Amino acid sequence: MRANFIFSEVWIGLRRNLTMTIAVIITVAVGMAMLGVGLMINAQVGAMKGYWDDKVEISVFLCNKGSAMPACNGKAITTAQTKALEGHIKGIQGVKEVFFEDQASAYKNFQESYSANKALVEATKVEDMPQSFRVKLVDPDNYQPIIQAIEGQPGVSQVMDQKQLIAKFFDLLDKLSFYALAVAIILVLAAALLIGNTVRLSAFNRRRETGIMRLVGASNLYIQLPFVMEGTIAGLIGGVFAAVILIVTKVFLFEEIAGYFGDVTAQLTWNDVAQAISITMVIGVLICVLASFVTLRRYLRV
Amino acid sequence: MIHFDNVTKVYTNQNRPALDHVSVDVDKGEFVFLVGPSGSGKSTFLRLVLKEERPNSGAIHVAGKDLARLSNFKVPHLRRRIGCVFQDFRLLPNKNVYENVAFALEVIGKPRRFIRKVVPEVIELVGLEGKAHRMPDELSGGEQQRVAMARAFVNRPMILLADEPTGNIDPATSIGIMKVLDRINRTGTTVVMATHDAAIVDSMRKRVVELEDGKIVRDQSRGVYGQAY
Repeated sequence: MRANFIFSEVWIGLRRNLTMTIAVIITVAVGMAMLGVGLMINAQVGAMKGYWDDKVEISVFLCNKGSAMPACNGKAITTAQTKALEGHIKGIQGVKEVFFEDQASAYKNFQESYSANKALVEATKVEDMPQSFRVKLVDPDNYQPIIQAIEGQPGVSQVMDQKQLIAKFFDLLDKLSFYALAVAIILVLAAALLIGNTVRLSAFNRRRETGIMRLVGASNLYIQLPFVMEGTIAGLIGGVFAAVILIVTKVFLFEEIAGYFGDVTAQLTWNDVAQAISITMVIGVLICVLASFVTLRRYLRV
Repeated sequence: MIHFDNVTKVYTNQNRPALDHVSVDVDKGEFVFLVGPSGSGKSTFLRLVLKEERPNSGAIHVAGKDLARLSNFKVPHLRRRIGCVFQDFRLLPNKNVYENVAFALEVIGKPRRFIRKVVPEVIELVGLEGKAHRMPDELSGGEQQRVAMARAFVNRPMILLADEPTGNIDPATSIGIMKVLDRINRTGTTVVMATHDAAIVDSMRKRVVELEDGKIVRDQSRGVYGQAY
């Protein structure tokens, strides 16, 4: 095998079809970047889900004296009712742990959370704070039946699940990653067609050479390799651009977003980025090779 | 070396066969003229030898190989043992004489040292010594055809197929081309030349196979172009 011969052929091919080559590179770069972003969003969602699953819990607020909630009828929960409720909650399937938060600790948490709003903190008294049970679940995604089992029990004013709040956010992220993947698939298709056309042009430009190569008995591999290499190199360059885009996205978008949450565990790691980059690279090059081969089969028959 | 047994070739969309039950034998080291009017099947014959086309019926053996049983994968290896020359030379315009000849060896993966050794030899054999670095457009038609012959012969094929090699060349220059073909034939290479050129056929006095409408109408050793029975 004469490597430098093949490479000079490849170089000639790429230069002759410069505009098509650039189009291929751009399409591959954008397509692979979208695919990578989709993968990264998925990884991010995974990381955040794991992070939140440790934290989310169901809050079961208990009735205070003069509570406005209709379930309470204005009466405070009795000690017996509290005991009975705790037993009931512990007996529900899927409940991992139950903590009791009394008014004093609720007030402390409240003070911490709203420390910026002095007037509100001062206006609120310890007696205003509701008592609550904090319920941790075995499977944080399966909160619906447990809430149903607790709601309506005597002395329960309200049941709230944090999961319901962040579920919306996760939905948004899921949608984003879905759209990114959809766009990626369309662009990958476009890239495949473009590569096919580029290879066809290239084959047409060099029909004299390939004709002579066939005549003197060059093997198919030798005839086709320069064309496939052209596609592969264009795909690789596109992949490198996509990698740069992904790194930039990680630094300027994902870290920015993670900054809002202020916790390291929810961040997309460089490991995830490296994984996304390698997957997009492999897919990009594979598509280029396949598109080249399929086109060549039609235009460079023996 | 080339053996056609009852070969028929009909191109799609055509009723009349290009070759019609043709049987012919060409032995090793022979020089055969293939004559006949345009459309008589000469080029089809050559294409069948190269397995560029497949016959509709009949068997073809080339260099001991049954072409019908030769897989596509092995066709390139068959073609390495057959050299080809055409009326239109088919040189690469952006490569000089040396590079054009070397190209045929490069693309079948021959080592560079081998190429450096044999290319100048074959350039000398076709009478182009000192012109190795000329570009094709700096050469006359006859010289370009010599380059094409050098390229066809550089890998020492067992068979040389020539499709009207003198078709674009004036008679005086054609004699030189024929001398080169004769020289190649004398190395033991079987030569099959399709031609219209009566003067050349008459002067060479080699075997003549005449085709008409895809049928062999004459097969004569030491023959001439015209009807000379």
